[in-house]
Amino acid sequence: MLSLLPIDGVLAVIAAWLSIGICGVFALRRFAFVSRVLFPAGGLVCLALALFALQALFQSPQVAVLPLGLPGLPFHLRLDALAAFFLLVIGGAGAGVSIFAAGYFRQGEGTPPGLLCLEYHVFLASMAMVVLADDAYAFMVAWETMALSSFFLVTANHKVPEIRDAGFLYLLVAHVGAIAILLCFGVLQANTGDYTFANMRAQSLTPFWASAAFLLALFGFGAKAGIFPLHVWLPEAHPAAPSPVSALMSGVMLKTAVYGMVRVSFDLLHLQLWWWGALLLAVGLATALFGVVFATVQSDMKRLLAYSSIENIGLLFAAIGLAVIFNAYGMRALSALALTACLFHVASHALFKSLLFVGTGMVLHATGQRNLGRLGGLVRFMPWVAWLVLIGVLASSGLPPLSGFASEWLLLQTFLFTPGLPHPFLNMVIPVLAAAVALIAALAGYAMVKFFGVVFLGQPREETLREAHDAGWLERIGMLWLAAGCVVLGLLPTQFIVLIDRVTIDLLGWGLGRQVAQTGWLILAPFSVERASFSPLLFFGGVLFCSVLAFLLVRAIYHGHMRRAPPWDCGFAWQTARMQDTAEGFGQPIRQIFEPLLRLERHLPTAADREPRYRVVVGDHSWFRLYLPIAHGVEFLARQVGRLQRGRISIYLLYSFLTLLFMLFLVR
Amino acid sequence: MNALISQLVNLFAAVMLILAFAMLSQRRVITLIHLFAMQGLAVVGATTVVAYVTHQHHLYYSALLTLVLKVFLIPFLLHRVIDRLNVKWDIETLFNIPTQMIVGIGLVIFAFNVSLPIARFSETISRGTLGIALACLLLSFLMMITRAKAVPQVVGFLAMENALFFAATSATYGMPMVVELGIALDVLVGILIMGVFMFQIREQFESLDIRHLEKLKED
Repeated sequence: MLSLLPIDGVLAVIAAWLSIGICGVFALRRFAFVSRVLFPAGGLVCLALALFALQALFQSPQVAVLPLGLPGLPFHLRLDALAAFFLLVIGGAGAGVSIFAAGYFRQGEGTPPGLLCLEYHVFLASMAMVVLADDAYAFMVAWETMALSSFFLVTANHKVPEIRDAGFLYLLVAHVGAIAILLCFGVLQANTGDYTFANMRAQSLTPFWASAAFLLALFGFGAKAGIFPLHVWLPEAHPAAPSPVSALMSGVMLKTAVYGMVRVSFDLLHLQLWWWGALLLAVGLATALFGVVFATVQSDMKRLLAYSSIENIGLLFAAIGLAVIFNAYGMRALSALALTACLFHVASHALFKSLLFVGTGMVLHATGQRNLGRLGGLVRFMPWVAWLVLIGVLASSGLPPLSGFASEWLLLQTFLFTPGLPHPFLNMVIPVLAAAVALIAALAGYAMVKFFGVVFLGQPREETLREAHDAGWLERIGMLWLAAGCVVLGLLPTQFIVLIDRVTIDLLGWGLGRQVAQTGWLILAPFSVERASFSPLLFFGGVLFCSVLAFLLVRAIYHGHMRRAPPWDCGFAWQTARMQDTAEGFGQPIRQIFEPLLRLERHLPTAADREPRYRVVVGDHSWFRLYLPIAHGVEFLARQVGRLQRGRISIYLLYSFLTLLFMLFLVR
Repeated sequence: MNALISQLVNLFAAVMLILAFAMLSQRRVITLIHLFAMQGLAVVGATTVVAYVTHQHHLYYSALLTLVLKVFLIPFLLHRVIDRLNVKWDIETLFNIPTQMIVGIGLVIFAFNVSLPIARFSETISRGTLGIALACLLLSFLMMITRAKAVPQVVGFLAMENALFFAATSATYGMPMVVELGIALDVLVGILIMGVFMFQIREQFESLDIRHLEKLKED
């Protein structure tokens, strides 16, 4: 029997993606071939990746050296448990999105389908390479390939000026972040000139330089993840991209930044300081609160989801922060719990956010609308999409028994265990922050109710919405896969924690697996049943039982058949669908409460207006207070430098003459 | 004997410096080219003397190369260019000439000052002339800056190359032959390209005044 090492399998997967992409180039405009053959093939390859990653999780780390790259500077690759876990996420979420994309892309939208196929598969392959890389060189090459391929995917519709602007903003932030990551690796190699991760692990830096490396990593990976205040590109780029691409970027690409943060903090750096964790925690929670408040006041459905991604990334960073704090004080079990919560949420967010984004893609295709104010009542015309999106919405709101609840519950548990910390200040503050997490979770639920309610429930706000068509069979398969992932992760968290266990044992020398396994597969209890436990299957059974019982009772007592009736008009005879609660109206209380966080521009109609219009634009303070001043500063400096350019050869010669004199003066 | 020869090198160097000042103060293009040829001759003389003393055969070849290139070929080419373009008239300068001379004197002092520590490391018989070579280089550069027309600028550039060559000879008995051949070829190609440019500038602006190039500036 031929035994294939997982790392060879993963490399084969990457090669397969690249060859699928190249096939796309040769079939540039043959739409049917690209969408019906190449994209499903890419999806199957994703599944293969997930299987190989699953196999690799249970094996010892494997290394490989690719003979690619510069002479004397080959690519080092390493497949350890952490890499395998993220490959599992990439493969799992990627499979659903790829199969959805096969049905989604339509003809005649900007970039030809073959080119889109190339960019899409290069994007997937580069994400897998980022996770596999075991030296700074391979990492940076893969990282930049990822940024560039996603830039081209974002600007697929490059004829629209706003999309081009969004793409450039994304590219700029990605590159500034990449510089910080490169500098971080420069610090980590400690002047040895050897940029392999193996060498970085062997170095022991002084606390000062270790902190420098950590801060650079936080800046660099934070820029990619959309950490406040580096988030500005995210709500622009995600809505601009085609929906499967938004799904991949939000669900999977942001996770590579989380991967980088975990890799640098727990693997490459040999020590952790408590204030790093406190910083991560503060930044993460600020980001999460910012993201969720903005999500509730959006009126564009994709922007709403993009801000919700910012919120989730913030929670992930906060979880990493807790893990760092606990690890700095040697409390390995709690550190492992925090990291488990983080990784669980990585997988769970990858699934439900991809599902929601592809769902918005379906709505967009069916109605041509992204504006929540022109949607509504779609559940009757697109039942498949509506019900599947509902699963994603429930998971995203953190309701049991879906995946979002399991991960957020673990995170809250971690917060509640902090009183054991030997640091009085942290001891006091962190439980208070748990309240912030609860607030964020509640607001996230609010945003999701708004999203689902305004898009799918109520009456259609436009007449054209009645012609909306439901998803095709490929799109249904893709969405079903993602929704099934949310349900399975939510119902069987214990089994999934056993997988994550391999990562935490590898990184922290401690895993939750044993404890979790003790209580059996039915009940999830991270420490002991007495302390806190949760049984998703029992809960689900209870919910199911009550629902069926209620249904049967209602059926028995009432007449037993469904009746559709017009909504009660409150005695007001003349009524239209536009009079329903709008997205703006729904978000208004939050807008009032959190007004200092937002920059509002309101245009109210006067009483005498014949055609009254109400307009509110929600702006971002960080854009006006931070980015515009920086931009003006750069412009000012550039103008000053521009003064050097006089257009006279004599002046230019004088410059070099004076430089020469100055140099001569220096060497004297 | 050695002292005499050392004095001879110094003499050639002094001639070069005087010629550099002469070029800086010269108002006529034809005379400028003659002065340039004479400067080339001085370089040839100095190189030959150094070659004779040190028995470095490759220096004879470089001297010969310089003679052919800088004393005959390039002045001949420049003559043809100014004949064709009909630009034998007076040179316009951006500053008046006495000011330039004063600045030039300052540059010479600076050059001597700078080259003193460098010359101390050198062990050649002609090490005293390094300051002069540097002064010539700076003066030629100054000439390039202050001239408003294209032809004198080219001459200034070539004079700079002369000074560099002289500096190399005096500090280290010349660069390796390959390098010198390469530089000679560069200069030759450079002069051809500049010739083409001069015709182009002329055609575009009806004049060789490089101040017209200011129009190319991006606003």
